[in-house]
Amino acid sequence: MTANVTHVPATHEKPSRTAGALAGTGHLVRLALRRDRIVLPVWALVIAFLAASGASAFEALYPNPAERAGLTASVAANPSFAIMFGPAYDLETAGGFTAWRFGTIAALLTSLIAAFTVTRHTRQEEDTGRQELLSSAVVGRYAPLTAGVTTAGLFSLTTGALLAAMVTGVGADATGSVAFGAAVALCGLVFTGVAAVTAQLAEYSRTANTLAGSTFGVLFLLRAAGDTSDAEWLSWLSPVGWVHRVRAFAENEWWVLALPAATTLGLCAAAYALLPRRDVGMSLIPGRPGRATAGAGLRTSLALSWRLHRGALIGWIVGFGVMGMLFGTLASGVGDIVGDSAEMKRMLQQMGGARGIEDAFLSSITGMVAMIGSMYAVQATLRMRYEETALRVEPLLTTGVGRLRWLGGHLLFVLAGTAAVLAVCGALLGLGYGLSSGDVGGEWPRVFGATLAQLPAMWVVAGAAVLLFGLVPRATVAAWALAAAFVLISMFGPILELPQAVLNVSPFAHVPQLPHAEFSATPLLWLTATAAALVAMGVTALRRRDIG
Amino acid sequence: MTHNAVSSAPSGATAHEAIGVAGLRKTFGRTTALDGLDLHVETGEVHGFLGPNGSGKSTTIRVLLGLLRADGGDVRLLDGDPWRQAATLHRRLAYVPGDVNLWPNLSGGEVIDLLGRLRGGLDKRRRAELIERFELDPTKKGRTYSKGNRQKVALVAGLASDVELLILDEPTSGLDPLMEAAFQETIREVRGEGRTVLLSSHILAEVEALCDRVSIIRAGRTVETGTLDDLRHLTRTSISAELAGHPNGLATLPHVHDLRVDGNTVRFDVDTDSLDEALRRLTDIGVRSLTSTPPTLEELFLRHYTDELPATEAERAETAGREEKTRTAP
Repeated sequence: MTANVTHVPATHEKPSRTAGALAGTGHLVRLALRRDRIVLPVWALVIAFLAASGASAFEALYPNPAERAGLTASVAANPSFAIMFGPAYDLETAGGFTAWRFGTIAALLTSLIAAFTVTRHTRQEEDTGRQELLSSAVVGRYAPLTAGVTTAGLFSLTTGALLAAMVTGVGADATGSVAFGAAVALCGLVFTGVAAVTAQLAEYSRTANTLAGSTFGVLFLLRAAGDTSDAEWLSWLSPVGWVHRVRAFAENEWWVLALPAATTLGLCAAAYALLPRRDVGMSLIPGRPGRATAGAGLRTSLALSWRLHRGALIGWIVGFGVMGMLFGTLASGVGDIVGDSAEMKRMLQQMGGARGIEDAFLSSITGMVAMIGSMYAVQATLRMRYEETALRVEPLLTTGVGRLRWLGGHLLFVLAGTAAVLAVCGALLGLGYGLSSGDVGGEWPRVFGATLAQLPAMWVVAGAAVLLFGLVPRATVAAWALAAAFVLISMFGPILELPQAVLNVSPFAHVPQLPHAEFSATPLLWLTATAAALVAMGVTALRRRDIG
Repeated sequence: MTHNAVSSAPSGATAHEAIGVAGLRKTFGRTTALDGLDLHVETGEVHGFLGPNGSGKSTTIRVLLGLLRADGGDVRLLDGDPWRQAATLHRRLAYVPGDVNLWPNLSGGEVIDLLGRLRGGLDKRRRAELIERFELDPTKKGRTYSKGNRQKVALVAGLASDVELLILDEPTSGLDPLMEAAFQETIREVRGEGRTVLLSSHILAEVEALCDRVSIIRAGRTVETGTLDDLRHLTRTSISAELAGHPNGLATLPHVHDLRVDGNTVRFDVDTDSLDEALRRLTDIGVRSLTSTPPTLEELFLRHYTDELPATEAERAETAGREEKTRTAP
């Protein structure tokens, strides 16, 4: 026994506690930057380029003061602009126009990419078991979280800096550009913090991302509700609203930047406090044991699909229901918040009076709902690819389940799920508008029908995703880029004066602007046929290709 | 129209064959995964499927399951075409993959029942028996299982189904020795019931204990197939002997390998088929003592896995060199 005692290491210098807990952070940051070396720079460039192209288009679109005054008046007269883009503080300059029109989208993209980056390098590493491999090396307890937050933070700040530089480069005021860039970057930092927290709360990376994304959605709605009603203080509660309240290019309210900065610090502190309270790979919300035997209902591939899709589907339905009710209620008052100057009265008259404004508002809401809702279609389609790469399709396809049946079970949730999300939103939009305008029977069918008219366009997005999944499975994720491109083309294509051929690429361009415009069935039939053809091609391709 | 290389007319399988594969080819881009592979599994036998990592075992199995489409050759499974009749054939077989991933929000018990039902029902008594035998907790959810326990979920799901054919791809890679024993017991029962098993494995003891016949593949081709006894004849016996006189003429004998002579002591390996001839030569000289080490399958496999492979040797040397460098790095 005495001969071979275990090896006792020679006196180690005692590492300080904090240094130990953060050991290896530098290596992990380098690893994260190496893994994201293409995707993060590309997104930073896209976001900055988008804003800069808006700024450079301004001079061409509104060359003289008269036209700029006209723009200011029409934006003030039409509250549907305030929903999507937020409040406008200065539409006389290219910079002010850019901050208004592109502030929300720049903040949205920066925030989501930052949040997904945090999740990718923290919770997802735990999901895949790679974290264990890393943690067994000299990696401190807080190192992975610190590395994820650092990487996402670097991305946000780089995007903000690039955006400021490019907007200045096309001739906007330098100070305003810095304020605008800082506002966008700090919104990204807030969502870096949000994701740092959701990575501790959620059990899986998908859940963590969904929580962070939903947080943005809720804060966006809060901002939109505040900006289209008397309760402006609601916007002050939302980090998405702070992006505009910096008033870049107008008054440049620098102190507002302190709000997101403090929020970021608070969220990160919360994440660091939560981290040691859980084990690696586990969540704070503990999993419960399941059933020992399957319930009677779980006997088909379709039943399994329901189990896999129901969480996301219910989440989207609830979120879109709330959104529909909220905007339906707001819609009947939007005519009132327009001022009563003579100029405003003239604008109002042009738009068909208060009723015209409300219809325009509702049609821009349904357009927005369709674009965001098509993200559900993409998410549900990607679920199939996720199942395939996780090797969970093979055990199913090696039973009596054929490829068509497996695919059918998922496609039902892609296509009917999208319809359900849209229908619930439309029903509540109509109800909210009907109740507040006092004519449910008259208004509900109009608004509900107008919302449903968006469905074929959403199905086209779904069809494109299904085709990618069938034909080039490795590139299925590109469905996100495709959907984002459609949305960007529809929202910013007209203002950037893109050629009509490009605008027509987006399915949303073909939907009649109901209830504001005339109904026309032809484009809807074409869109439905296109969607059906895309899905059919995707299904055929999947039947012929290798699985796995 | 894509061509259909897997023709059903001239069948690679005969009536009593559960699996008949002839000249199977499959490429992924520029990589050739299967290069004219043959595999014949008779009904009612446990057939071992062996080969080094990356030799094409899983690819073959995935073609047999209709997940991959063959680029050429004949593939028959239970007298059907696995690509065209996948779902119908799958009701008659169960598959246990080597990498098991479970749905995070489903418990192990739910997965077992679901897969069984999708296959057309499973034996409740057998399910309970297997859960007991493999000491599996069916109430845990997807990711909370260890690798071994995920493997057990797939094993119970596969073994509890009433099917003719079991296709097992390294099914015991995460199991402890007790569970390995439980697995072997179960496979013996399965064979007793007249079912067919295709067992891909790296565990030679398992193969020796269970398999009637084996096929060894390398780089997408079958290099050896037969019963274990057949294969034993291909192995070499190691002989170490102290002789009465100087060992002359041993080197000229065919089938003697690695001869080392030290005075009157000799050591050599001899092909088991030629053992008799070699021993006769030794007794001619006079034997004082003799040790013979019986042939093991392991040696045979090692030879098949590494022989005729200058490239692999070179790769290994290179890898070793790299490891050296890594170790000496600060």
